[in-house]
Amino acid sequence: MASTEADVFDRLGRGLAALRVWIDDRFPMTKLIKEHATEYYASKNFNFWYGFGVIATVVLVMQLVTGIFLTMNYKPASAEAFASVEYIMRDVDWGWLIRYLHSTGASAFFIVVYLHMFRGLLYGSYKKPRELVWIIGMFIYLCLMAEAFFGYLLPWGNMSYWGAQVIVTLIGSVPFVGDGLTDWIRGDFFISDITLNRFFAFHVIAVPLLLLLLVVVHIMALHEVGSNNPDGIEIKEHKGPDGHPIDGVAFHPYHTSKDLVIVVIFLILFAAVVFFAPDMGGYFLEHANFEPANVLSTPEHIAPVWYFTPFYAILRAVPNETIGIALMGLAVLLPFFLPWLDRCRVKSIRYRSWIYKIVLMTFAITFIALGYLGLQRPTTLVARLSLLFTILYFAFFFVMPFYTRREKTKPVPTRVTP
Amino acid sequence: MRNAVIAFVVSVGLAGAAFAQHEAELEPANNNIANVASLQRGAKYFVNYCLGCHSAKYVRYNRLAQDLQLSEQQLTDSLMFTGERPFDTMAIAMRPEDSKRWFSISPPDLSLIARSRGTDYIYTYLRSFYAAPNRPTGVDNIVFPNTSMPHVLWKLQGTQRAVFTTDEHNTKIFKGFETIAPGELDKEGFDNVVRDIVNFLDYIGEPIKRERQQLGIRVIGFLLVFLLISYMLKKEIWKDVK
Repeated sequence: MASTEADVFDRLGRGLAALRVWIDDRFPMTKLIKEHATEYYASKNFNFWYGFGVIATVVLVMQLVTGIFLTMNYKPASAEAFASVEYIMRDVDWGWLIRYLHSTGASAFFIVVYLHMFRGLLYGSYKKPRELVWIIGMFIYLCLMAEAFFGYLLPWGNMSYWGAQVIVTLIGSVPFVGDGLTDWIRGDFFISDITLNRFFAFHVIAVPLLLLLLVVVHIMALHEVGSNNPDGIEIKEHKGPDGHPIDGVAFHPYHTSKDLVIVVIFLILFAAVVFFAPDMGGYFLEHANFEPANVLSTPEHIAPVWYFTPFYAILRAVPNETIGIALMGLAVLLPFFLPWLDRCRVKSIRYRSWIYKIVLMTFAITFIALGYLGLQRPTTLVARLSLLFTILYFAFFFVMPFYTRREKTKPVPTRVTP
Repeated sequence: MRNAVIAFVVSVGLAGAAFAQHEAELEPANNNIANVASLQRGAKYFVNYCLGCHSAKYVRYNRLAQDLQLSEQQLTDSLMFTGERPFDTMAIAMRPEDSKRWFSISPPDLSLIARSRGTDYIYTYLRSFYAAPNRPTGVDNIVFPNTSMPHVLWKLQGTQRAVFTTDEHNTKIFKGFETIAPGELDKEGFDNVVRDIVNFLDYIGEPIKRERQQLGIRVIGFLLVFLLISYMLKKEIWKDVK
């Protein structure tokens, strides 16, 4: 006798349930899904600032996938690298799309991560109990910088070459061991085929592995303490009779469905760049990088890619290179200490003093201004402005412990506001 | 090492200063890669005037024919003269070591020149040669002073001299060109030839450009529809959240 449709589904359902039990006896599948998705509660009042984490994850996956396909045709050799990129752009089916997704993805990654970090500053996401989430995130940021730096040499364009030359030369200013360190990193006495080969190894294996590991740890740490929210209050403190936070909604399906909308909006903006302005006027793909690396010809104006320029401006702000490099290093490392530099107990900017609001806006403007100045040719005016904004950058961190200790805050609500 | 850094920073600064001094005003090329007839003419001029010295080593002849709507017969008859096969790239026979001896620099490959220098630069450069008897080639260029390139298009443009004045700092300021001997074409005709060449260089810089833009409209169109669907899904799921 032929079974009815309902019978088939019934049997299929029972089969799947049995399979789930079989797996759960051997691997915590259902437990993991509950802990990290269906029973991970996050505040229901997330605004758009809370979308950059998931966007960063999407970009990471995209970089990994496009990267794999790029390595299938890219040749990490000084004699072939530039031509192999052009081969990908012209002769490989859809190679141009894979390459533009990857090159645009690099810049997008930094935009998204900078906004993600700024969200942390707005709502005090680095404060107790989320200090480790922030610190692991800062390590991710360092990895990202390394990944971008190594990756930028690979097209072997003239800007790749001279940009790497500038940054590697900086390492030479480290006292005592600088020269040896520079040779050790390059594996040669100048940026050469050997350097390209090892940068390729770092870019496709070493750093991505570390990056993935750190992202997993970042999310694990976050899910242990729970997500912050725009009000900067702990939703765990008000639980309903079911034991779940009253102001929270499950990550799946609530936040996943919301994140889907956010990701699609991001993809629209991203596609607009990939399909209509992949060079982004020379900021995402620099003009000089369409000429192959040439040891004898320096590009007319060397500037790092835009995402490094805030720190490059700090480097150039002081006339002494050793001090400049020390300041640049310090500028990158200072955010690590934010959880302890900020003494204010109130997390969200919504309930903090007008002083902090002004300081934070000044800091945002400072960072953008430094980024702009780092792209400009070094004139006296640029140097003076760079120095001014460098001082403002450091003042943000060093003055913070003093005024935040006795900040005049507004009363913080006990439940999240809509 | 510290000295190396200083030397480097100084050299970059000097290079920047040198550049600032030479920066000539560029005129807009106003080329259009959707104009296939212009691309076809540009390809003809490129093969006739440029390809002797400049290669376009990433560009394949058959891809060119396909994008420029030429049959293989038209391709071999009008663009290929030296026994290449259609799937070959636009290489040249001149050896770099020879050209370096002859011109003091090997003529650069032009596959990506429109992307590295920009179309306006090439358009202005090719129209800005002027008679300079002290130069080995007999010409100099406003956009690229002391260029090693001879005025290849002189028969079409004719010869012109550059008029300079000096300002209070004794800096030479370029005022304009005066025709010495007219060429085969008038000014407008010559500008159009250069525009076709620039258009062709723009095309070979990124052969996929037009297709990329057309695909982009469809991709974004799809994403907009998907945005609507995902937003409705979100609304549905969140409707019980107060």
